[in-house]
Amino acid sequence: MSRKNNVWTIVRKEYARFFGDRAMVFTAVLMPGLIIYCIYALMGNNMEKNYLPDETTPTVVFVNNMPTQMAPLFDSLPYQLVQCNFNPMDIIHDSLPDKHCSMVYLSFPSHFDSLVEHYDPQSGETAPNIQIYYNSASPNSQAAYETLASVLNAWETTLCNRFDINAGNDVHYDVADDDEMLGNLLGQLIPMLLLMLLFSGCMAVAPTSIAGEKERGTIATLLVTPMRRSELATGKILSLSTFALLSGLSSFLGIILSLPRMLHADEMDMPTLGYNVVDYAALLFIILSTVLVMVSAISLISAFAKSVKTATTMVTPLMVIIMFIGMLPMMAGETTDNLALYLLPFYNSVEAMSGIFSFETSLLHVFVTVVANLAYTTLAIFGLTKMFGSEKVMFGK
Amino acid sequence: MNSSVRTDVAAGKKEENMEETKEEILKVEGVSKTFRLGKKQQRIERTKEKYKRAVDDLSFTAYRGEIFGLLGPNGAGKTTTLRMLATLIKPDKGDALVDGISVVNQPDAVRARIGFLTSELKLEDFFTPNYLFDFFARLHNVDPAVANERKELLFKRFGIDNFAEVKIANLSTGMKQKTSIVISLVHDPDIIIFDEPTNGLDVLTARTVTDFLMELRDEGKSIILSTHIFSLVERLCDRVGIIIDGQLTHCDTLAAVCDGMTLEDRFFEIYKEKKGGEE
Repeated sequence: MSRKNNVWTIVRKEYARFFGDRAMVFTAVLMPGLIIYCIYALMGNNMEKNYLPDETTPTVVFVNNMPTQMAPLFDSLPYQLVQCNFNPMDIIHDSLPDKHCSMVYLSFPSHFDSLVEHYDPQSGETAPNIQIYYNSASPNSQAAYETLASVLNAWETTLCNRFDINAGNDVHYDVADDDEMLGNLLGQLIPMLLLMLLFSGCMAVAPTSIAGEKERGTIATLLVTPMRRSELATGKILSLSTFALLSGLSSFLGIILSLPRMLHADEMDMPTLGYNVVDYAALLFIILSTVLVMVSAISLISAFAKSVKTATTMVTPLMVIIMFIGMLPMMAGETTDNLALYLLPFYNSVEAMSGIFSFETSLLHVFVTVVANLAYTTLAIFGLTKMFGSEKVMFGK
Repeated sequence: MNSSVRTDVAAGKKEENMEETKEEILKVEGVSKTFRLGKKQQRIERTKEKYKRAVDDLSFTAYRGEIFGLLGPNGAGKTTTLRMLATLIKPDKGDALVDGISVVNQPDAVRARIGFLTSELKLEDFFTPNYLFDFFARLHNVDPAVANERKELLFKRFGIDNFAEVKIANLSTGMKQKTSIVISLVHDPDIIIFDEPTNGLDVLTARTVTDFLMELRDEGKSIILSTHIFSLVERLCDRVGIIIDGQLTHCDTLAAVCDGMTLEDRFFEIYKEKKGGEE
């Protein structure tokens, strides 16, 4: 039988083992995405409930001593203005401390107009003070405070306006592209996120398949067949990479689908990202080759372990290293142009992905990254082959 | 010399002449294997020695169409010897030629020619006998049509046919062992190496296995088996090698080794000679 066919036989067996086990498919592929989606969506709902104003409940602004000519300032606001003709302490001490309240208390000093007109900023005296009592634990009260403060600040600016900076909303003074700004942010965050998700995917399948087979004694049954050790190593790494990719993809989809809910993107002015086909293709190649390297590294470590539990423990330092590498773009700020650094495993993937998300895709960087990752995978297959052939590693007590 | 001993000697000489005409299928030449003992193992074996010589300069020959038994107590080195023949582990010294092929230099080719069974080899609980037979048939490059025919035959012979689609995890110990035997023979090997093949089996299953091994010998297959069960050797083996403390003390036809005694009595005599009265 040809080498390719033996590899395919192993891959088919691993597929049958993985996809035939509903619990494993659910745990390794569906659950990560589902859990991420549910947690992020719940977080979003929780944030909405606890930190965003409830628009169905009107916010009451109790007003005291407000000059009549200022009333138009608040006309367009969605608040119910109520003149306070009772003791404000009743509101400040009784109603407002309730975190479910939907109110603020806005108090102007008596003769506010006159005080403002005669106030000289050069005099060193205390300026007339408008008091806004609010409850920051209540989203409605907090939001009303911010709006009122903003309106009053804007009004104050108009009183002595000598010049403006960047006046008018119709001119884009910030020449940075919206995509570019978001791209920079994503370039720092997503590579780390992706790396961690892919790593969790690899962790879910590789130790079970390598150390698990040793622990269960089934690897020896494979080792007495005429199949070459290299065929077993290649078959294992290829099949495990597929499972890890599916697991990573599930987590990725979980994030992508839940992010709008978490960030309430429908309420925000999110720019549409302008990645092109080349960017997506480059990203795909990087992800595929990274998964191969990860599976290879975890498989090598797992081959040393006598049980799945030991393998999981032994892989932990690698996870910490990968997490650290994932955070490097945040520390560096921009992607490196040093081609030699694209030969370093994991770091090369992070940098190359960071470049893609920041709209600075360098095909040379991507090419070097993918080739380096494939070279590392080949080396790992060679190493795993040696380990499958080592009686000390396979049968050591 | 009484008549029965004379008969045995005559039988021995006749078999000696036959050996000259028989074809060597396995030639073990001075193989040795030493293991490093961990601290835990040192405690278990109550020794301070860091190394244990499991097999010490072992040599023997097995011929085509015979059942050769390696008889010895637990820890004598039987399994280690068979594991070296199956290329799972490498000898530190010496070599073995399986059908003329070196276990040291061409392990892949050796594995293609042998069927190996030991308790160390497990089948994945998740799969069924049917799936595993097909899987190992593919790894042994058996034509699918031939594999199907052989599967039907062997499954029926061992009564696995009714359990073909039951996961290994749900099979009884005996059925698991029978499945392991069948799978080790998926490629119809000429040389069959079985380590304690009846261990843990009930009498009925053990009988099925021993009958099958005799059938295989009658078909011209060569069988090497290790055991510590005297009755099994007496019932099955044409020739026997006695192994104690990793060394082969006797290797001959059953009749020649027994030298007119029962195998059990003869074994203990040899054992006492070897150990010099130590327990």
